[in-house]
Amino acid sequence: MPDDVLSRAQCESIFGQVADGARTHGVSDVEVILAGEDHALTRFANNAIHQNVAERNVYLSVRPVIDGRTARASTNRLDHQGIREVVDASIAITRLTEPDPELLPLAAVGEPGPVRRFYQVTANATPQERARAVAEAIAAVEEKGQTAAGIYSTGGSMFSLMNTAGVSAWHHETMARFSITAMAADSSGWAKASACHHAELDSLQLARSAAQKAERSRVPQAAPPGRYTVVLEPAAVLDLVGQMFGDFSATAIRDGRSFLNDRIGRKIFGENITIHDDVCDPLQSGAPFDGEGVPRRPLTLVDHGVVREIAYSRQAAAHTGVPPTGHGFPLPNEIGEAPANIVIAGGDSSVEEMVRSTEHGILVTRFWYIREVDPYQKIFTGMTRDGTFLIEGGEVTSGVRNFRFNQSLIELLSNVEALSTPVRASGEESADMVVPAMKVRGFNFTEVTRF
Amino acid sequence: MKDLALAALDSVARRGVTYADVRAIETRDREISTKNGKAGHVSSSESMGVGIRVLAFGCWGFAATDDLTAEGLELASSLALDIARAGTAAHKNDVQLAPEGKHEATWVSAFRIDPFTISIDRQLAVLLAVDAELRRQKGVSMAEASMTFERRRQVFASTLGSLIDQTRYTAGAGFSALSYKDGEIMRRSYPNSFGGQYQLKGYELVEELKLLENAPRIAEEAVALHSADQCPEGEFDLILDSSQLGLQIHESIGHPIELDRVLGTEANYAGMSFLTLDQLGRLRYGSDIVNVVCDARIEHGPGLGTFAYDDEGVAAQSTDIIRNGQFVGYMTSRETAAEVGQTRSNGCMRADGWGRLPLIRMTNVSLEPGRQSLDEVFDVDRAIYMETNRSWSIDDKRYNFQFGCEIGWEIRHGKRIRMLKNPSYSGISTEFWNACTAIAGPEHWTLWGVPNCGKGQPEQVMGTGHGASPARFRKIKIGSAYAG
Repeated sequence: MPDDVLSRAQCESIFGQVADGARTHGVSDVEVILAGEDHALTRFANNAIHQNVAERNVYLSVRPVIDGRTARASTNRLDHQGIREVVDASIAITRLTEPDPELLPLAAVGEPGPVRRFYQVTANATPQERARAVAEAIAAVEEKGQTAAGIYSTGGSMFSLMNTAGVSAWHHETMARFSITAMAADSSGWAKASACHHAELDSLQLARSAAQKAERSRVPQAAPPGRYTVVLEPAAVLDLVGQMFGDFSATAIRDGRSFLNDRIGRKIFGENITIHDDVCDPLQSGAPFDGEGVPRRPLTLVDHGVVREIAYSRQAAAHTGVPPTGHGFPLPNEIGEAPANIVIAGGDSSVEEMVRSTEHGILVTRFWYIREVDPYQKIFTGMTRDGTFLIEGGEVTSGVRNFRFNQSLIELLSNVEALSTPVRASGEESADMVVPAMKVRGFNFTEVTRF
Repeated sequence: MKDLALAALDSVARRGVTYADVRAIETRDREISTKNGKAGHVSSSESMGVGIRVLAFGCWGFAATDDLTAEGLELASSLALDIARAGTAAHKNDVQLAPEGKHEATWVSAFRIDPFTISIDRQLAVLLAVDAELRRQKGVSMAEASMTFERRRQVFASTLGSLIDQTRYTAGAGFSALSYKDGEIMRRSYPNSFGGQYQLKGYELVEELKLLENAPRIAEEAVALHSADQCPEGEFDLILDSSQLGLQIHESIGHPIELDRVLGTEANYAGMSFLTLDQLGRLRYGSDIVNVVCDARIEHGPGLGTFAYDDEGVAAQSTDIIRNGQFVGYMTSRETAAEVGQTRSNGCMRADGWGRLPLIRMTNVSLEPGRQSLDEVFDVDRAIYMETNRSWSIDDKRYNFQFGCEIGWEIRHGKRIRMLKNPSYSGISTEFWNACTAIAGPEHWTLWGVPNCGKGQPEQVMGTGHGASPARFRKIKIGSAYAG
């Protein structure tokens, strides 16, 4: 793989061509987003590699601002003709839109925080390296008499935002992900991790953990639905609690679609819940600037249960009379902004201690197919999956059939009894975040499925 | 495009492979939305690239690139082969493919009005008129309207000698009204939630939907929901409108019949299926009146799953899935068909772009219309009628589901007697379909589009079609989403 899909110098060159092209139309205010990825993924199932792919793509997106109007045109063709056509298209459609009195001039220069998230060795990881790690993981599951399925992906990406007001932001990072499901006759276990440097992933340990969960949950019991104390592993916390952060948005509140309407400044969660958004957290990933090039600044979203801060795009900030927080999405858009780098403060417990302190409860590895039931009470439904266990007398005693839950997140975060040290967690229903495991009382399981 | 596809195929085929196919794809799309009287999202985009799939050393390799130079195609071909070779490190059985013939075809989906010939300001004006109508209703906090169009040309070429040039036009449009009041957020959408209706059509879809005419009713219902009674909890007869039933088909029939899920290759993400191979021809999936097909042919209608050939060069087909309540068919690919001893794929391999590998995906999975009139479907002493999806969830083997809808009505003796808010229902897939007691006739049948079906790693988002008429189900568990 190359060093970067597009280097800073290449982005600056393309930006120059766009700006020159726009000037030929008499347009002087223009913003350019350039993004690209070069990644590969080795997928396995039934103890063999079965899908093995690589993809390289780039994306050039041009947004002019003309007399209070704006629109966006995009292409993946970066030759001179492709660039000229996308500039022409962006200006043509912008001129067809109505002026927006709230539209701001292009963002001015800021100073994004320093982050280092690109590792050449991860960008250069080969199909053979991934295949070797996958073969080793499969062997660990197979020796338990189980069947493995999963993925190992590696690659690099870049994101750049430049505008004629002087913003020249460029970010690159690498990312590696390994996930595995181990399946026995009537049970399964799962584990997943992600990191900017692929050497931080211990694929063999993840495979062993998944296999152990599958082994321990054989012959699952049919526990009745009801309110349970639950121990939620970090991936379960991530996927469920991660559903609410789009509401920490000034635009969502203004629209009336956020559960934080009439709740800002109020204590709606437990005293032990503190949540930050911090792009510079060492366990986080992503660019340190937003969709207009504004540097992301850290937010205290929840302070000991009290909703303190929310995200503001430039437009939402101007409407309210506060500074933007650097969480805006590329314009034009309807949704405004959202926190993107969640860090939930932890405690001094551990999953093992949470289990030991639970007389009767359920240990949850992960949730699945989480969907919003009630947008203001923040009730979500979903299923447990791949490692759900009964806890009795402080010990995991057996696997249980998977539950359906209908659970308010406001209630959940008011009933947290213990938290572990936060880790970078990776799931399938929310973006990766830094979260602890949680012990929660009164979790509402409403139905049981057949396995 | 054809030259590009053939050049890419040549660059990989001469390396000595068992089989290879190439998809060269050019897409153009336009997305327009409005919110509260202003343009929300106005964008156009174009993308072009090539995906190269190769079978060598008994393993699959795939590489995709936007570098369409001869050098770029050589690099991608080399990488695809290298990836296939790497697969031998964890290899059980050589991939076998069901036989398929050589096809040469050019096909363009039917449309009456090319959406890209309608100017953006005219399209924005349509949405802003709807937006204004929605906000005339006191209590509407947010009005949103949108339309989206795509033209996708794909040239498929394979070492079997196939060369297939397909162009598909798809369109989508809809709107919603949201009302926030006293700690409740209520939303009504038209003609469906999550963006509205999507079909294989041109701009004529927008005109057919009669968006403006329906805006006042939808806005009024969004506000009225605050005053409605909470949907009761218990067992009731349930009547679903055709859009919600379309999603019910998608989740509790469409996904379980994907043969790759059944065979375990989606186990780590999308999950598996309760429809194990021993169930074929034996399982009582639904009541006698339940007949379901998977049909990609244009004869089925202009669905998001309608095409001439799938993404491994197999012609569009119609396959019986459930016949008179009996489970009789899966969706297959050339590889999975061979694996279960079938002689031919039924043509369900689809990729969401040039950058991704084709997977088994729903085409148009539809419930055939029944024989009852709409009055007969509603002719019951007591039932709950639900419209327009609000939430959907199902377990990873597709047994247990729960759906919420935007609005419900209590039905007594065939009449709506009161509006209900927060309606939901849940159950087990086969128990639900076996409880089907009435299906409305073809005059009430609509081919709905689901534009956002996710599957695969890396994830692919696909559009699928689902035809349905309103139908009634006996003694369904209702209201558990708010129980406890």
